Amino acid sequence: MRITQGQFSFLPDLTDEQISKQIKYAIDQGWAVNVEYTDDPHPRNTYWQMWGIPMFDLRDPAGIMMEVNECRKTYPNFYVRVTAFDNTRGWETPRMSFIVNRPPEEPGYGLVRQEQQGRNIRYTVRPYATDHPAGERYPS
Amino acid sequence: MASNEGTMAEGAERYKSGVIPYKRMGYWEPDYDPKDTDLICLFRITPQKGVDPEEAAAAVAGESSTATWTVVWTDRLTAAELYRAKAYRVDPVPNTGEGTNVDAQYFAYIAYDLDLFEPGSIANLTASIIGNVFGFKAVKALRLEDMRVPVAYMKTFQGPPTGIVVERERLDKFGRPLLGATTKPKLGLSGRNYGRVVYEALTGGLDFVKDDENINSQPFMDWRDRFLYCMEAVNKASASTGEVKGHYLNVTAATMEEMYERAEFAKELGSVIIMIDLIVGYTAIQSMARWARKNNMILHLHRAGHGTYTRQKNHGIHFRVMAKWMRMAGVDHIHAGTVVGKLEGDPNMVAGIYDTLREPYNEQNLQHGMFFNQDWASLNKTMPVASGGIHAGQMHQLLHYLGEDVVLQFGGGTIGHPMGIQAGATANRVALEAMVLARNEGRDIWNEGPQILRDAAKDCRPLETALDTWKDITFNYESTDTPDFVPTETPSA
Repeated sequence: MRITQGQFSFLPDLTDEQISKQIKYAIDQGWAVNVEYTDDPHPRNTYWQMWGIPMFDLRDPAGIMMEVNECRKTYPNFYVRVTAFDNTRGWETPRMSFIVNRPPEEPGYGLVRQEQQGRNIRYTVRPYATDHPAGERYPS
Repeated sequence: MASNEGTMAEGAERYKSGVIPYKRMGYWEPDYDPKDTDLICLFRITPQKGVDPEEAAAAVAGESSTATWTVVWTDRLTAAELYRAKAYRVDPVPNTGEGTNVDAQYFAYIAYDLDLFEPGSIANLTASIIGNVFGFKAVKALRLEDMRVPVAYMKTFQGPPTGIVVERERLDKFGRPLLGATTKPKLGLSGRNYGRVVYEALTGGLDFVKDDENINSQPFMDWRDRFLYCMEAVNKASASTGEVKGHYLNVTAATMEEMYERAEFAKELGSVIIMIDLIVGYTAIQSMARWARKNNMILHLHRAGHGTYTRQKNHGIHFRVMAKWMRMAGVDHIHAGTVVGKLEGDPNMVAGIYDTLREPYNEQNLQHGMFFNQDWASLNKTMPVASGGIHAGQMHQLLHYLGEDVVLQFGGGTIGHPMGIQAGATANRVALEAMVLARNEGRDIWNEGPQILRDAAKDCRPLETALDTWKDITFNYESTDTPDFVPTETPSA
């Protein structure tokens, strides 16, 4: 199962050239690009691990692409995403976020239902991967 | 009439019992310089035959502030000059009156002192501005075109409970329009069947599905049943995609008590969003906006009923004013036009409405129908919703006209897909992502759009089918609501 978080998950995996063009777009808007990775793909896992801090002063897509590739090389079985932060007043939030690496196998999620009174159900979305300890979740 | 007609009568003369023209009662002040703290309205006035435009403007100022039809001595117990609204400028509307087939119309600028309005109350604001004057005999027709709200008054409103920024953070969705659909058929589905549509559309790739405006609690489906099945669908779709998903649960009901009860139940079930209809009224909208802020809920507003007073160019309220009031009242989503779909919407007018909802500051832009600068005083932004007769084949036009902070709602364009609802949703999502990708790459999506879609469809049969099914569907009708001002070339010297 292919998780579809991020801006471009319904398209075929982006090539390096396509990723570079998106990074260039972010830089041209004046946004700071950051690389993040995780092996916990829960939809509300907001804080992925940071691959360094956002690259506020790096304005060269090729330089950022090197960081993307370093991260992918170090964590080939993790999800890696590129996020662009906008610091202008009224935004001050991510303006882009897209996945650039995913594990070869994506087992997906279970839905746990806890039956309660009045036909009410408490739902829990549980990634199968997180049954295992961090770092041992996706076999290579 | 005396030779001093048109200027304000002084002292005892002003308060002599009887009827005097509004202009002479102090409601026409051509020399008035509006204060930063004044609220300014722009009305389009069609005076009755024989009524001069300044007197009509003064009458509108009078009837929307302190005046009654005759002189009252009790004015003299008050600081009446402050409370009188002042018409200070009247301009003929281009392309009306002599030589055209339209009655002469005038734009009247009227200033209201801040003290005329209760803080934070759309009900009070509108009771003044649109309370009485629209049925007034001296004008044949009247339309409220725009309103400049002073920062001091703006700050007394809560505004959207969530806003575009926080909505995106909560949903973890950035850099692209959101996708939605309204469940169809809007009436008759049982709760179980209804939830099926929701599940299929969300799993296929939409972010939101929506109740329609008239889905409340009818014999074929009790509201509780709908809420329970919809939340099963939402959670199941979240587990099948790894994304946050939502369904706008419509809590519109006959009383506030019932609306609160339904909203509380939606919260208990873990819904991220609820919805109400415009027809519940300004006060109920502000109450639900407060409830939504308190309960971390996104509040969607369907503009049900607005066409009864926003559509005709010579009478009613322009939708940009409604949009402004709704951002102040505090809604996170509002239906605001598609340009290319089946509902009314000239591109210039829609641009003005979208800017009203999304920008921190609006510059005057006559071509877009924006007569004033408007400072939003840090109120949150409202997400416009484009809904009605749009499909995947128009994606380049939608992104071009509406930008990326918008919910694109493809109802028929999802549910009517020949391969099923999931395929319909996937077609829309693929078309959207391909178009955003191409735009960011610097491609000219306006001209290359159809080719970009065809290329994306090579990897996606549902998109190919959608493009073939709806390729010739457009709605080319003349808009009734069009700009009064168009830019013209200035000949260079």
